[in-house]
Amino acid sequence: METLSFLADGVLLSLQPINLMLIIIGVTVGLFIGAMPGLGSVNGVAILLPITFLVPPGSAIIFLAAIYYGAMYGGAISSVTLGIPGASTAVATTFDGRPLAMQGRASLALVTAAIASFVGGTVANVFFTLFAPLLATVALSFGPPEIFALMLLAFATFVGLGGDDIPKTIFSICFGLVLATVGFDTISGEPRLVLFDIDGFLRGIGFIVLAIGVYGIGEMLWTIEQTRGEITTTNPKMSVKGMVADTKEATRRGWKGTMIGSFLGFFVGVLPAAGATPGSLMSYGVAKMIAKNPKEYGTGTPDGVAAPEAANNSASTGAMLPMLTLGIPGSPTTAILLGGMVIWGLTPGPRLFVDESEFVWGLIGSFYVSNVAAVLINLAFIPLFVWMLRMPFTILAPLIFVLSIIGGFAAARSMHDIWLIVIFGIGAFFMRKFDYPLAPAVLAIVLGPIAEPTLRQSLLLSSGDPSIFFTRPIAAPIMVIAIILILLPGLKLLRGKRKEVKA
Amino acid sequence: MKLTKRVFLGLAAGSVFATLPVAAMADDWEPKRPIDFTIMAGPGGGADQIARFVQSVVEANDMTTRPLVPTNRGGGSGAESLLHLKDARDADHTLMVTLNSFYTTPIRQEALGVDIETFTPITMMGVDPFVLWVHKDSGITTFEQYVEKVKEMNGEFVMGGTGSGQEDSIVIAYMSGAFDLDIKYIPYDGGGAVAKDLAGKQIMATVNNPAEAKGFYEAGEFVPLLAFSDERMEAYPDVPTMKEKGHDFSYYNQRAIVGAPGMSDEAAAYYREVFGKVYDGEEWQNYLVSESLSPLPMDEAETRAYWATQVANHRQLLSEIDG
Repeated sequence: METLSFLADGVLLSLQPINLMLIIIGVTVGLFIGAMPGLGSVNGVAILLPITFLVPPGSAIIFLAAIYYGAMYGGAISSVTLGIPGASTAVATTFDGRPLAMQGRASLALVTAAIASFVGGTVANVFFTLFAPLLATVALSFGPPEIFALMLLAFATFVGLGGDDIPKTIFSICFGLVLATVGFDTISGEPRLVLFDIDGFLRGIGFIVLAIGVYGIGEMLWTIEQTRGEITTTNPKMSVKGMVADTKEATRRGWKGTMIGSFLGFFVGVLPAAGATPGSLMSYGVAKMIAKNPKEYGTGTPDGVAAPEAANNSASTGAMLPMLTLGIPGSPTTAILLGGMVIWGLTPGPRLFVDESEFVWGLIGSFYVSNVAAVLINLAFIPLFVWMLRMPFTILAPLIFVLSIIGGFAAARSMHDIWLIVIFGIGAFFMRKFDYPLAPAVLAIVLGPIAEPTLRQSLLLSSGDPSIFFTRPIAAPIMVIAIILILLPGLKLLRGKRKEVKA
Repeated sequence: MKLTKRVFLGLAAGSVFATLPVAAMADDWEPKRPIDFTIMAGPGGGADQIARFVQSVVEANDMTTRPLVPTNRGGGSGAESLLHLKDARDADHTLMVTLNSFYTTPIRQEALGVDIETFTPITMMGVDPFVLWVHKDSGITTFEQYVEKVKEMNGEFVMGGTGSGQEDSIVIAYMSGAFDLDIKYIPYDGGGAVAKDLAGKQIMATVNNPAEAKGFYEAGEFVPLLAFSDERMEAYPDVPTMKEKGHDFSYYNQRAIVGAPGMSDEAAAYYREVFGKVYDGEEWQNYLVSESLSPLPMDEAETRAYWATQVANHRQLLSEIDG
């Protein structure tokens, strides 16, 4: 009961005029920062953190939460309208969001993204309110073997999807995994695959660099080739009536993805090693896997937009949990927030919920209010973003190119990354021409750096005995499901062949 | 509402500071563009916490005319940061927050061609001692019990750390040699991850800086057994030191701000003044106490001499581990 009254206090605090104004400013700024390719909530929070030292801690945290929420909503905007992921968490949103926009249904995609984000954020907030301390215990019970099993499951959801060309999917995963190993090896501390002895590769290949190259530049080249200069801009119409209709359609055709994303995303976000990007990719994979008609995915289905968007909001809220309960940041953004909390004189860790419960619940209260503000402001801006698509592609294409390059530079401020973006863009164009799926490669470069060290840590723990994955109570079932999913298409293939032989 | 005016003023001030250069300080030189504030480790660890803290103090008190832009370049045990500084195109606007990989990484990876003696000392913010921790559920309460337990498990006792050749692995290697212990060592990519897995009982013991383990210690989850400091630590008066156990060994993590090689004397003087002010300020002095850091103020010449002895010591320690 005490919890609820603290939470109510937090909500009321957020609703004070000054704080409400901070929320509106924060969400709007966050929305645009999130919509800029390459800039995500990390940049938004980092840029604006110093300003928060000028206001009281209560208002400061509300402001940051608002930016955080705004940026998460904003990520979907450029994913849909331009095909460039606005943030690493919104990569999976391009898979179906972009095709919808190409069909002139950008507003449906954006409305779906907004509603799914809202539901994802709300589900996560409720979970957070009810189960925070319990979930912290669950997060702790995930050691290296459990995390590895989970990563394998994520790969399995992408391999195990019927329809795609399986050998090409596996090739694409392996290609991504190789790129993921470039740089330093955590376990031995030695450099490896430093291509051509270029120092830039010591840092490894950033995920956002690959994503912008593949989806920004690659997509632009693809569209140019497809249209052969005959620019066919779909003329998206925008009206209040249309948006109401879109909202209905989004609810009807996106609720499944929203549900999967909300729950799975939150759970993955809570694990300190994972975070929102794997959460959104996994949710997309799972939503596709259990869909009645998986072939619709990738061609523009609202479920394919809803799943990753619900998941990234839900996971981002979930990532707050290990930070507040254990003092361990679940994502780069929470690492910055952690720094802020130290300045405000708070020690994140197991005692925070007890010693500073007013602060914690005030923060969670502001999540609820920020989430509501974010969905309303986002919906209000959708006509503006859709209107951008009315620009002729001859203007849009250079704009995409420029935004991709700037976004790629903003992430690490390195020219090296820009050359990589261009190379990946051209490479992705050719992979697409030869019908190689690109999503698995992107998935691999996100999950590889988590899967590889956890695999090796597990084997170190067991002195090289792989049975460690099958004897631990949480790891074992996850491993078994993952393996079944990987073998499934093979079995289907065999059965199919047997039928052919009989016939 | 009494907050209103303050908040408004604050926001207005914030936007003004963000866009306009503020009146010059006493020095002639001042930064002309945002200052690259490279962090030698990933987000969440001790170095990162300190860098963010220092940045916030600088921003809150508006001590520089251009912002510090923190960037984590933790790749390859800090090799990424070292190379970034070595090849810095604009040495006057490039700073780094260090830990001890500042000494160990150039020794272990000679191919990098990094000579830290060319770097520019700015300010030594303090040194961070190491402590041996176990989980309370292990039932171990003294260092002697720990030694007994490790021997009993005969090579199956699991400790986590931040990687071979890293600070904690040096301490663990020394301790293993001194007490004839056989420990299974699992590398992680940061002190935060190590502390989390001790809390989850995935590993049995760690050697962590107090800042990384403090939250769990205060919650009663972690038990400190041994401090690797010269004298007993104020925050842990009941915890014996390695020296008391008869081995003349202490080990600290350097928390310093370092400038790129070739930084001009004027720029270095400017930064020394800024971070000197941070160091003397109330925020940092409180931080030293709350996070159990030891102060170790040094001027430029003393820092260079300190670096030389640290490099020699680490060369010795690493050759004992690797050899």
